[in-house]
Amino acid sequence: MRTLDELKSIKDKNEKEMALRSETGRPAITVHMGTCGIANGAREVLNTVLAELKERNVTDVHVTQTGCPGLCHKEPLITITEKGKNPYLYGMVTPENVKRIVLEHVINGHPIKEWLVNLEK
Amino acid sequence: MEFFRSHVLICTGTGCTSSGSRLVISGLRKELEERNLEKEIRVVETGCFGFCNLGPIMVVYPEGVFYCQVKLEDIKEIVEEHFVKGRPVKRLLYSDPNTEVKTQEFENIEFFKHQKRIALSNCGSINPEKIEEYIAKDGYFALGKVLNEMTPLDVIEEIKKSGLRGRGGGGFPTGVKWGFAYKAKADQKYIVCNADEGDPGAFMDRSVLEGDPHSVLEAMAIAGYAIGASQGYVYVRAEYPIAVERLTLAIKQARNLGLLGKNIFGKGFDFEIDIRLGAGAFVCGEETALLTSIEGKRGEPRPRPPFPANSGLWGKPTIINNVETLANVARIIRNGWEWFASMGTEKSKGTKVFALAGKINNTGLIEVPMGTTLRTIIYDIGGGIPNGKKFKAAQTGGPSGGCITAELMDTPIDYDNLIAIGSMMGSGGLIVMDEDTCMVDIARFFLEFTQEESCGKCPPCRIGTKRMLEILTRICEGKGVPEDLETLETLAKTIKSTALCGLGQTSPNPVLSTLRYFRHEYEAHIYNKKCPAGVCKALLSYEIDPEKCRGCGLCARNCPVDAISGKIKEPFVIDNDKCIKCGTCMEKCKFGAISRK
Ligand SMILES: Cc1cc2nc3c(=O)[nH]c(=O)nc-3n(C[C@H](O)[C@H](O)[C@H](O)COP(=O)(O)O)c2cc1C
Ligand code: SF4
Repeated sequence: MRTLDELKSIKDKNEKEMALRSETGRPAITVHMGTCGIANGAREVLNTVLAELKERNVTDVHVTQTGCPGLCHKEPLITITEKGKNPYLYGMVTPENVKRIVLEHVINGHPIKEWLVNLEK
Repeated sequence: MEFFRSHVLICTGTGCTSSGSRLVISGLRKELEERNLEKEIRVVETGCFGFCNLGPIMVVYPEGVFYCQVKLEDIKEIVEEHFVKGRPVKRLLYSDPNTEVKTQEFENIEFFKHQKRIALSNCGSINPEKIEEYIAKDGYFALGKVLNEMTPLDVIEEIKKSGLRGRGGGGFPTGVKWGFAYKAKADQKYIVCNADEGDPGAFMDRSVLEGDPHSVLEAMAIAGYAIGASQGYVYVRAEYPIAVERLTLAIKQARNLGLLGKNIFGKGFDFEIDIRLGAGAFVCGEETALLTSIEGKRGEPRPRPPFPANSGLWGKPTIINNVETLANVARIIRNGWEWFASMGTEKSKGTKVFALAGKINNTGLIEVPMGTTLRTIIYDIGGGIPNGKKFKAAQTGGPSGGCITAELMDTPIDYDNLIAIGSMMGSGGLIVMDEDTCMVDIARFFLEFTQEESCGKCPPCRIGTKRMLEILTRICEGKGVPEDLETLETLAKTIKSTALCGLGQTSPNPVLSTLRYFRHEYEAHIYNKKCPAGVCKALLSYEIDPEKCRGCGLCARNCPVDAISGKIKEPFVIDNDKCIKCGTCMEKCKFGAISRK
């Protein structure tokens, strides 16, 4: 170790990998994986979300799973939560459009209004 | 970089390892592989969370779900329900011992809520076997700062102003001690980390070494820079194999990254650390005995002065610091002395780690700000006394300390207050006793320990503790005589003022402190031949109430020494000369006819 910068680069890389263990302030993605969700392809959606985040080198977005929220006819569903805001619920998500949700909403911060199913809030 | 959607932290400290965490980890890895989840879910081995009686502990992020007593058999359910379907497994969540309410996130569990983890902040949250995780938590930046921006005197001044005092028991101001060694002129100086931890029931230092070994290494290097030493030793007992293993690995990793070795940060500062194994004698924790032991000689104390800061290892200036003391150092340098000095009481700054044990619901390792009351520790963090029993006293300072009684429960715990009430901080053992504990028996227990551990070099300790132990044993056996209490007090005073080292000097403390607060219990043993708590076997007698006895004979059949006789359907009697006071009859009697007096 010769310089503080060298130490700093080790820190930055590993801090990113460990971001999952603390509150990051970034939006969190919840994939609804009840029986109905899984039957409608929620697993594919989850896989795509993970692959997309990996591709874009994002490590501080929390991805979790939960059960069915009761809107079975709109499955697969995902919820995006941001601190201090109402959750955004996206319905009939496909591996294709979830890539756009990740990019536009999660990374760039612009919810895609027309795909929301709880628009009234 | 891999993206993991979940990190599963599992404790591999000594506590959880002995309750089976290794099995859980290998089972989990296998299950994840079978389900192709190993690239989504990362398993991280950590140090101690402190909640050792509920181990193995598992924490799942990002949710922060806290699972207790996880067994190999639970793995399939956790993976299926939680990791696949996102439904935490309720039955494995922490359940409050009093309210039985289940809590999911660990920050919300009462045991953790009232704690402030500084020395332990990385324990349970990083993988201690990866130096990168320590660096990610700002590790080694304090060493970098010190070498790049501070003079040795700046460092000493910073530690002095922080108010950090030695956590090994004495409470001596750390910065002041470093200042002595800085001033001492010598061609070679040494830094020694005291990880002997011989206090029965204490495991604070072990947990820091197992959970965050780099914090100790970094602090030793900082201390080395401050006093002008280029060599450090960690003196750790051989009974701590996991700690030794992690330390060895940590030293290797730090060397590989050039954080130990020659010309660290290109600033011309060299520092090496080696491990020395102790054989587990309590007296070897005493600093001068420890140094003699490192020199390869028999671990016996020597008179001070000269103090090690002037003449220590091989006659060279040497700083000895306790593990927990060191674990605070890098954090003080990083966050500034003001931050550290803002916690605690006027003369005791920062936090203290305690090993909570005895008659308490939550046993384990806790860290609280100095000045926290015993009430908070016992009722808020410890979850109270089990089985609805009453609190009687708590012992701090182990065999060198004394007890805190119920009336003193609201005293803020710090170095000076504990001394004032006749106990001491010690290294942080905290043993809780309930109404069923006999204080004479406790004093005898601690004295038995010190008497056995006395190195024998000086007569007051070697002979004095032996005589005191004989008297205490006699009292417990119902053979005490009225003069005994006075003899005990005279012996105690003599030993305190004439023994060579701290072991002898403090050994009478448990006796003096129980005599001060529980003299009536001693008197009951001596004058009435009774043990009020019902512990001292020789003073107990079991009796059958003829009114209640139905003459079933169950007690007689279960008595291991045939001390009970009688005719069926008539009251039975116990022959107290034969009785060995095992209490089996009382347990077996269905009519509550047997009582202990
Ligand atoms: C009998 C005896 C046992 C001791 N055991 C330990 C021990 O296990 N660990 C420790 O750090 N200090 C122990 N000490 C205190 C050390 O002598 C010394 O004061 C301490 O290591 C200094 O470090 P500190 O200033 O950081 O507390 C013991 C003292 C005595 C008298
Ligand atoms: S006080 Fe006890 S332990 Fe210490 S030097 Fe004397 S005999 Fe040895």
